[in-house]
Amino acid sequence: MSDITVAPRAVLWISFRSSPIAMIAATVVAVFLLGALFAPLLAAQDPFDPINLELINSFLPPVWIEGGDPAFLLGTDDQGRDMLSAILYGSRIFLTVGLAAVAFAATLGVTVGLIAGYAGGWVETVLMRLADVQLTIPALLIALMVDGFSRAVLRPEIHDEIALYMLIFAIGIADWPQYARVVRSATLVQKQSGYVAQAKLIGASDSSIVFGHVLPNVMTSVLVLATLGLALAVIAEATLSFLGVGMPPTTPSLGTLIRIGNDYLFSGEWWITLFPSLALVLLALSVNLLGDWLRDALNPRLR
Amino acid sequence: MTSFLIRRVGQAALVMVLVSAAAFLLFNYVGDPVNNLVGQEASFEDRQALRDRLGLNDSAPVQFVRFVGNALTGDFGISYRMQRPVSDLVAERLPATVELVLASALFSLLLGIPMGVYTAIHRDGVLSRMVLSVSLIGVSLPTFVIGIGLIYLFSVTLGWLPSFGRGDTMSVGFWTTGLLTASGLKALVLPAVTLGLFQMTFVQRLVRAEMIEVLGTDYIRTARAMGVPRNRIHYVYALKNTLLPVITVIGLKLGELIAFSIVTETVFQWPGLGLLFIQAVAFADIPIMAAYLVMVALVFVIINLAVDVLYAVVDPRLRANRGDPA
Repeated sequence: MSDITVAPRAVLWISFRSSPIAMIAATVVAVFLLGALFAPLLAAQDPFDPINLELINSFLPPVWIEGGDPAFLLGTDDQGRDMLSAILYGSRIFLTVGLAAVAFAATLGVTVGLIAGYAGGWVETVLMRLADVQLTIPALLIALMVDGFSRAVLRPEIHDEIALYMLIFAIGIADWPQYARVVRSATLVQKQSGYVAQAKLIGASDSSIVFGHVLPNVMTSVLVLATLGLALAVIAEATLSFLGVGMPPTTPSLGTLIRIGNDYLFSGEWWITLFPSLALVLLALSVNLLGDWLRDALNPRLR
Repeated sequence: MTSFLIRRVGQAALVMVLVSAAAFLLFNYVGDPVNNLVGQEASFEDRQALRDRLGLNDSAPVQFVRFVGNALTGDFGISYRMQRPVSDLVAERLPATVELVLASALFSLLLGIPMGVYTAIHRDGVLSRMVLSVSLIGVSLPTFVIGIGLIYLFSVTLGWLPSFGRGDTMSVGFWTTGLLTASGLKALVLPAVTLGLFQMTFVQRLVRAEMIEVLGTDYIRTARAMGVPRNRIHYVYALKNTLLPVITVIGLKLGELIAFSIVTETVFQWPGLGLLFIQAVAFADIPIMAAYLVMVALVFVIINLAVDVLYAVVDPRLRANRGDPA
């Protein structure tokens, strides 16, 4: 991916306008972002506040099914949580974790990649070997290990309190080697180019060359990776929460909701699992499509 | 070839040393192993006695050597939660995971490779387009959602297949297998498909991409110009060169299957290592986590090594490789 050429913004916009799939995907992502952002205004209740939950309202089916209540459009779960509100609030956590984890992984990976590519020598060998070693272990396992570690160190109540940050850290730390690899090879290419030699000639410091000149030129490949990485990160968040090591049931994310619903699948309360699953898949699919489009649009040779 | 082998084995050994060091740190310094073994009311003297007995008062290097020595003989201590030797628990659970992972690997290869070849040859066919769009959705479907969906369809609604467990198992020596009974085979279907689906779409996309590239090369064009039969070109000349890179990636993906077997085993309550591990994570049962970490790392290292060596055997150009990352 090191040979991505920067397309002017106008070209990108034209390519976007002529791709209905990219436009639909972008709309879905935008709806999710807005829904999550304005959840307190849109949602019928705050599902994280136990005061709002009445057990009498538990297991209500969606409104179009016999026994549904118009106050709870998509039905309620075992706690009497309104599913629609829970999904809106759950998306908040879900997107926060996804975006923050990607930002964390990208920052770490890009920094390591820049340093390795620019410094070369033993620094490069050590850093990239480290990335290789980590890449042999799947990201999911690393995230699980990090979470297990933190559970052993912290008391349960503290762990629940910082569960959000642990998730971001666990998912982010598992993903950095990919960025490091791509950025390193892109940096190696940039290092050969004339502008780096000229910047050195006029006495620019190494850090200003790396962050001021090389970094902007490798950002395109990082952008593509980060978009596709967001889909992976949200799926990772949902998976960890589903496995019961992510967000606690008191502040459920989409994965937690699906896990709760899974327990009631056999007794016929399918809506507790179905709607959060649909939301998750729709978002992941849209982000993936957007990432694919971006990669093709930025690198016409791959089309 | 020899120097290549030595370098690769050296790398593998380095990974194992790093991973066992991490597992050792986890084992000895995360939480207090003594606290986890004795009750709240144990006296200070009791605790000190236990520390002595467990060797926790020795120096760190001594403890590390002992940890590695024990690990080499398969001794990972006693599970905090279940109060049984970790090695026993692992031995009980191992067959279930191995059978699950192999079944899903087989499933993803047997379906993924033909589908990849087909979609590469008939690039614009209706069927190819359908396969491609379905596989795009497949990539976005988390494993646990696939599992829940399959359970709802085939267990809850249709009632054809069991939704949890391994069914009846038979013991063949130390190995308990579910492959020899009808209920065991039925129980294997849904978990194996769930676990293998993502990898199948991946194999299909990979084979397709490689195949399209190979079909554009000069030697294929020459073969076409010489009038070699189409099937011979596609399935003998092209497929051979397509499978080369596929071997590497699939080897690495086997590691992913093991990781995601944790998710599948949770959904289907499949009594394998993954379920053991996830319960250990939830309860901070360090000895099991450490054992799992070391074992899985060992499997990954062996797979990586095997893939590299296999690749070097098949492709002579790589033997002169100058140590760039594999």
